[in-house]
Amino acid sequence: MKTIIFKTASAYLLPLLLLFSVFILLRGHYLPGGGFVGGLMAAIAFVIHSFANGIDKTKNIIKFHPGFLMPVGLLLALTAGSLPLAFGDTFMTGLWMKQSVPVIGSVGTALFFDTGVYLVVIGVTLTIIFTISEGL
Amino acid sequence: MLIAVTSGFVFALVIPLIMGRLKSKSTLWAALLPLSIFVFFLSILPEIQDNGHIRVSYQWVPSIGVNLDFYLDGLSMLFVLLISGIGTLVFIYTSAYLKGHHFLDRFYAYLSMFMASMLGLVLSDNIYTLFIFWELTSISSFFLIGFNNDSEASRKSALTALAITGIGGLFLLAAMVGLGHVTQLNQISAMSSLSEVIQGNNLYGWILLFLFLAAFTKSAQFPFHFWLPGAMKAPTPVSTYLHSATMVKAGIYLLARFTPVLGNHEWWNGPLIIVGAITMVYAAIHALFRLDLKGILAYSTISALGILVFLIGLGSSAALLAAAIFILVHALYKATLFLVTGIIDHETGTRDVSQLRGLNKVMLPVGIAALLAAISNAGIPPSFGFVGKDLIYAATLGMGDLAWPLTILAIITNVALLFAGFLAGIKPFFGKLPERFQNLHLPGPAMYAPPLLLGILCILFGLAPFLLEISLIHPVVAGLTGTDPDFHLQLWHGFNLILLLSVITIGSGTALYFILKPSENLLSKVNAFEGISPESIVRLISRGFAKFSSGWTRFFQNGYLRYYLITILGFISLMLAYRLFTGITLYVDTSTMTTVTFYEAVVLIIMAVAIFFTVFSKSRLVAVASMGVVGYSFCLIFLFYSAPDLAMTQFSIDTLTVILFVLVLYNLPKYLKLSDTRDRIRDGLLSLAFGTLISILTLEVMNETVSKETSQYYAENAYILGKGKNVVNVILVDFRGFDTMVEITVLAIAAIGVFGLLKLHLRSTEKE
Repeated sequence: MKTIIFKTASAYLLPLLLLFSVFILLRGHYLPGGGFVGGLMAAIAFVIHSFANGIDKTKNIIKFHPGFLMPVGLLLALTAGSLPLAFGDTFMTGLWMKQSVPVIGSVGTALFFDTGVYLVVIGVTLTIIFTISEGL
Repeated sequence: MLIAVTSGFVFALVIPLIMGRLKSKSTLWAALLPLSIFVFFLSILPEIQDNGHIRVSYQWVPSIGVNLDFYLDGLSMLFVLLISGIGTLVFIYTSAYLKGHHFLDRFYAYLSMFMASMLGLVLSDNIYTLFIFWELTSISSFFLIGFNNDSEASRKSALTALAITGIGGLFLLAAMVGLGHVTQLNQISAMSSLSEVIQGNNLYGWILLFLFLAAFTKSAQFPFHFWLPGAMKAPTPVSTYLHSATMVKAGIYLLARFTPVLGNHEWWNGPLIIVGAITMVYAAIHALFRLDLKGILAYSTISALGILVFLIGLGSSAALLAAAIFILVHALYKATLFLVTGIIDHETGTRDVSQLRGLNKVMLPVGIAALLAAISNAGIPPSFGFVGKDLIYAATLGMGDLAWPLTILAIITNVALLFAGFLAGIKPFFGKLPERFQNLHLPGPAMYAPPLLLGILCILFGLAPFLLEISLIHPVVAGLTGTDPDFHLQLWHGFNLILLLSVITIGSGTALYFILKPSENLLSKVNAFEGISPESIVRLISRGFAKFSSGWTRFFQNGYLRYYLITILGFISLMLAYRLFTGITLYVDTSTMTTVTFYEAVVLIIMAVAIFFTVFSKSRLVAVASMGVVGYSFCLIFLFYSAPDLAMTQFSIDTLTVILFVLVLYNLPKYLKLSDTRDRIRDGLLSLAFGTLISILTLEVMNETVSKETSQYYAENAYILGKGKNVVNVILVDFRGFDTMVEITVLAIAAIGVFGLLKLHLRSTEKE
């Protein structure tokens, strides 16, 4: 699959797809999308890159093992979930900022929670795919 | 009181952390915990004496009636003092016995965990916490028996003990659930007024059966007794604490505790008398032929437990009094003998009675302790054992028609027990000291003081039984019989029948001691009967069970994905088909259906073609790619019916699935024809059946009237409560956020699993 066209295209596709996945993640609260789909898309972006350039190149881009995204994401989701406890609410109550942030819209714990999901999904997918493609 | 019970658990958690840091050579301070508990309970003894009981309650899981109800009456008090008192001595003893042991901290942790569970058990008034603490004692006992975990025999004994007592625990739960069901109460103390209701209920027999099984397994009654001699593989402090003084008495405690509730019925008394009598005679005779000191003590303990069950079975107030006294008598002298055995083992390195003699010359204080215990064990005046034995005879003689047979059984047992006690307590210390023991020396006071103290108590309580009478024994008997006790403990009753029986017992026991010399020869003769002993029968059963389960596992867990799928799909299909063809009439409402649009028709045709390719293609890659096409077509259908979220996710998932398949397939060998036509027809039929059933099911679901309450709630409140317009996403991250949290955790675990499986496999091949 290492054709020049695909290789060149993948260099542009990776950032585009990643941006798109973030877009999907952010708009999830109001329109179709969300952390799960966003995470899958980001993973696909990396997989396409690895198809074109080989896994080692992709790993170089990521710099660290994608498995580390899993605990980070889980921790983020857990923090977002338990943050309301500090304000005397029950676990997983949504907290929202009074004013909305430009571009992103209103920011609340749900967004952080979704970001956690996003990270975990990337971590899980890439770990499985990288392990299988290396291991067999 | 909660602190007293839980401090042991806390201590167990903390001690492995501290003990390593302290670097202190002596671990004597650990004994402060049981000591303070002992002193605490001793200080509330007067209150028990005045009021009869104390009740403390803490809420734990009130919604299902599981609360920490503590109920301290005379019976609990007796056990609590035994547990903490002997616990203190065992803790002290251990500090010397296992001095410098690598895992001493762990040992103390297990020991205090056990102590706490035992305290909880005897204080629990709630039937469920009773069960929980009961199981905790089994578990901590497992750790203690298997403490020498590098010895296989030790591990095996631990497992046997856990299996037997664990099964008993399950029976206890069954009995407790039954009791709770009949009485609609969770507190044992409240049940005694309902005694007649329980005994009139159909479940009474079952409750008794389960309760007996629980008590018999825990207290090593025939035919479950064999785990106890095995448990002697544990370090001696454990044998002392668990297997003579406290844990094995838990079954006795259970029976005594439920005597006011379930007792005084022929179904209660009969089995207890029979099992108790068999156990006490069987084990006492077994004890005659042992050579290992601990073996002798183990069998004599089983026999003593048999006596207790027997006495509780007799059920008269004289018998219950005798039981209460004998619990204490036995705990005192048996703990002493065990501790002495531990010292002998520690110093000489052997526990073979045929080799030990003359040790008085090198360790006199130990010898004195052993002698005192042996005297109490034999029931020679003026020991506490004499008081106990008299009461036993008084109880059996008071049984009317059965008086003489029961008394004779009791005498036989007592003669054999006396013999065992002399063997363990006197024989090693008298006679000529063998050459190889000449340069032995007395161990430190931390080792010989505890048995000596217990030995002195054996005699002291005999000389002055009034020390215990009002304070402890009266409340115990009052609690057991429900009446005000009107007895008076004393050493000397004058010349009567009971005294004569005592003299006969002591005389024939002593004679037996001089006639019967234990030897290898005798032991091997007894061992010839091993083949029909309950132990080997149980072993046979467990071996058969292991064989059966491995065959069962090999049949179902055969390692072929296709067979797993066939089993699962076939099973579901059969179940569904049965239900569909017996009860449901198929009906499809064609009037509400919309006409098929052009796009839908195209997608359907694409799907059909793709399925054809999947099934009949000769190449794996083509099959996988066609499956992907089917998946994408589904996404299109989702889109047509306005489910963009679902379509998006399905689209990504399908892409990744195809990629994964390709990655795996790439490494597989060429597409071989692995399945013949017959297999393919079978698979095809199964798929068709399953597909048809699912289709029918879907159509059926369409006909059902669905409650839209839930989805309406989500749709209405998504923006109000969750501040989002995408209902699906709001449900995921807000309404059902907790589920999502757990789901991503599961995902992460799955990924770690894949990583671990493949990477570890790599490592091992790399090594080669």
